[in-house]
Amino acid sequence: MRRAYLDHSATSPALPEVVTAVREVLERVHGNPASLHGMGLEAERVLEDARQVVADVLGADSSEVVFTSGGTEANNLAVFGTVWARPKPHVVVSAFEHSSVLEPARRLRQLGVPVDFCPVDAEGFLRVDALAELVRPNTALVSVVLVNNEVGTLQPLLEVAKVLDEAESRWGRRPLLHTDAVQALGHVPFRVRDLRADLVTVSAHKLGGPKGTGALYVRRGVRLQPVVLGGDQERGLRGGTPNLPGAAGFAAAARFWQREGERLRAHLRVLAARLRTGLQGLAGLRWNTPPEAGRTAPHILNLSVPGLRGEVLVHRLEQEGVYVSTGSACHSRRAQPSHVLLAMGRSEEEASSAVRVSLGPLTTEEEVHHAVEAFRSALADLRFLVPS
Amino acid sequence: MERVVLVRYGEIGLKRANRAAFVAQLVRNLRRALPEVHVENRFDHLLVWGGDLARVRGRLARTFGVVSSSPAVEVRAELDHMEAAARLLVTERDPKPGTTFKVETHRRDKTFPMTSPEVDRELGSRLQAHFPGLVARMKDPEIHVHVDIRDRAYVYTEVHPGPGGLPVGTGGRAVALLSGGIDSPVAIWMVAKRGVEVTPVHFHAPPFTSDRSKEKVVRLVEVLSDWCGPMQLWVVPFAHAQRAIRQHVPEPLWTVVMRRVMMRVAERVAQRLGAPALVTGESLGQVASQTLEAIATIGAATRMPVLRPLVGMDKLEVTALARRVGTYEISTLPYEDCCTLFVPRHPRTRPTLEEAEQAEESLDTPALVEEALAGAEVVAPAATPGRG
Repeated sequence: MRRAYLDHSATSPALPEVVTAVREVLERVHGNPASLHGMGLEAERVLEDARQVVADVLGADSSEVVFTSGGTEANNLAVFGTVWARPKPHVVVSAFEHSSVLEPARRLRQLGVPVDFCPVDAEGFLRVDALAELVRPNTALVSVVLVNNEVGTLQPLLEVAKVLDEAESRWGRRPLLHTDAVQALGHVPFRVRDLRADLVTVSAHKLGGPKGTGALYVRRGVRLQPVVLGGDQERGLRGGTPNLPGAAGFAAAARFWQREGERLRAHLRVLAARLRTGLQGLAGLRWNTPPEAGRTAPHILNLSVPGLRGEVLVHRLEQEGVYVSTGSACHSRRAQPSHVLLAMGRSEEEASSAVRVSLGPLTTEEEVHHAVEAFRSALADLRFLVPS
Repeated sequence: MERVVLVRYGEIGLKRANRAAFVAQLVRNLRRALPEVHVENRFDHLLVWGGDLARVRGRLARTFGVVSSSPAVEVRAELDHMEAAARLLVTERDPKPGTTFKVETHRRDKTFPMTSPEVDRELGSRLQAHFPGLVARMKDPEIHVHVDIRDRAYVYTEVHPGPGGLPVGTGGRAVALLSGGIDSPVAIWMVAKRGVEVTPVHFHAPPFTSDRSKEKVVRLVEVLSDWCGPMQLWVVPFAHAQRAIRQHVPEPLWTVVMRRVMMRVAERVAQRLGAPALVTGESLGQVASQTLEAIATIGAATRMPVLRPLVGMDKLEVTALARRVGTYEISTLPYEDCCTLFVPRHPRTRPTLEEAEQAEESLDTPALVEEALAGAEVVAPAATPGRG
């Protein structure tokens, strides 16, 4: 059976050069970077080389890159680390953040920290006007995702920074700006300085790197409290022996995107456009990702067939060899409607029927063509489930 | 002096005619489950030698037909030897000053020169002399030293309850409908407890159910096999039947007709295996399909007797039993089960046989049953201990 893996935003297959890099470190570098002896030094060099590569890609200094176990840990560190380092903090996060930002924010609220959730509009963009209303003199952190992981919309980070400028000029204190750039890295060109972000989360495995490796950019001068205690690794911000093969794999993936990024982004745009045209006009289908290029990442397309539950379509497509995901995590017997789509004002029914298609650098035109055919036959086949 | 485990069986001792066959089955079951030990039949109990005591104990607690067991020390039926055994066991209980104890002797060998009370007194005073801190108490002592005098003497201080019931394999075979829910695994367990070998049938409906839900049922069978012996799970494809029912049957009757088709498939499996009965996890009044009328209408789809061991139980009782069996945690895992998509908004709670039969006129039921059977896959999961 022909297969098409179109779930790259869940995780992407490791690139060949990533596999080589990880293997080389596993085979050749046995030391702990914290050890005093020569083998420790060798390991430290590998780690610092990797850090330099990731820093270059971000447009940061290598001293500003903290390796973590992935995007989730980096987001936890950004949220908790900021709050614990400041007196009487107030926090604003967008209502459609990834759960690794939302859950820490909800936990803070349980602990008595004032937290606001900034609304988004129907197309999937942050309402900057609402954000301006929510920022207070004691706001310590504003967290807004760079590319939303379900619908792929690119958030107006520069406008957010302007809101923070105003806060600073008004109250003399500037909230930290955190952005979760896990889905953006590589797929959307950015430099942390241009974003004017203080904290930026990235992850390796959405780029063809290894799972279990991520990083938090922490702008020089920003004070954080660690979340994982038990060692002074990573400038005291993240205890634990660093994941050396992971860091090397991350660097290899970052280098690949640095080298090929422009071509890949164009390739992804072409494929996404083909997918969109191919599916356009299918009865009952509704796009959750807005069409304008430049406002969305090139690799994520989200759609709903209201009335048809997302997981049924996912499993039906699986029978055709096409692997996609629901927009939402499936909890208990009832699938939870996607919190992202609910935040965008979609109905429960629409939010329960979302499917996300996400492309990767190795996705081919044939796969996209196959996916379009598979969608057509799956939807025709499942038509009987959709109330007309 | 040798370590053994005394295994007592109850009910099966009473059935004179079948007794030998029943005991032989119990011995076979134990030998299969504990290949590393020796099992010997001693007229009114079994003796187990060898193996890891904790493992043997765990096994005996899950072997139907076992009423109770005791790790014992086997010695020559002489006072000094019995005393040595009793001292060893009391030492292992690590008595503190003030710990209460008593000795209770059963003299099966009436040629033994002392009466049971005499042995009690003699051993009691010898233990007292050796452990000056011990306090004799007849009622509810903390250490209860049992002495069974036969051709040899068996001394033990602990009695572990077994599950009771009858050895699996003495009661023929039945075919059970197994969903991923809480009830049906418990129903299978209860029927197996009465000595019946159960073959579970699971209806799998991709794309309406995921491979994860099938995986969940396989895990349930693994846990059940730990109690019921090796089982073969029939996985029957059911998507086509469900689709046909949804398209051709009036919505309020979807569930009833679906269950009737499932019963027919299970009946066919039972006929193939020479099994005379079916088992379901139905009980009265929990959901719409479990009214007396619904049960009657569903049961009328087969001429075989349908065993419903949960019929008189409350949900709480079933849940408690599921925890004990070890299936509860698996049953409550959050995977979609096939029913939800095919649950009518307003089910007929008191269906009649006539309307069910009339609704089925628009279905080619025999063809649906044949097709489901033809696609059946038989898997034999390995037994794994549950956490109950």
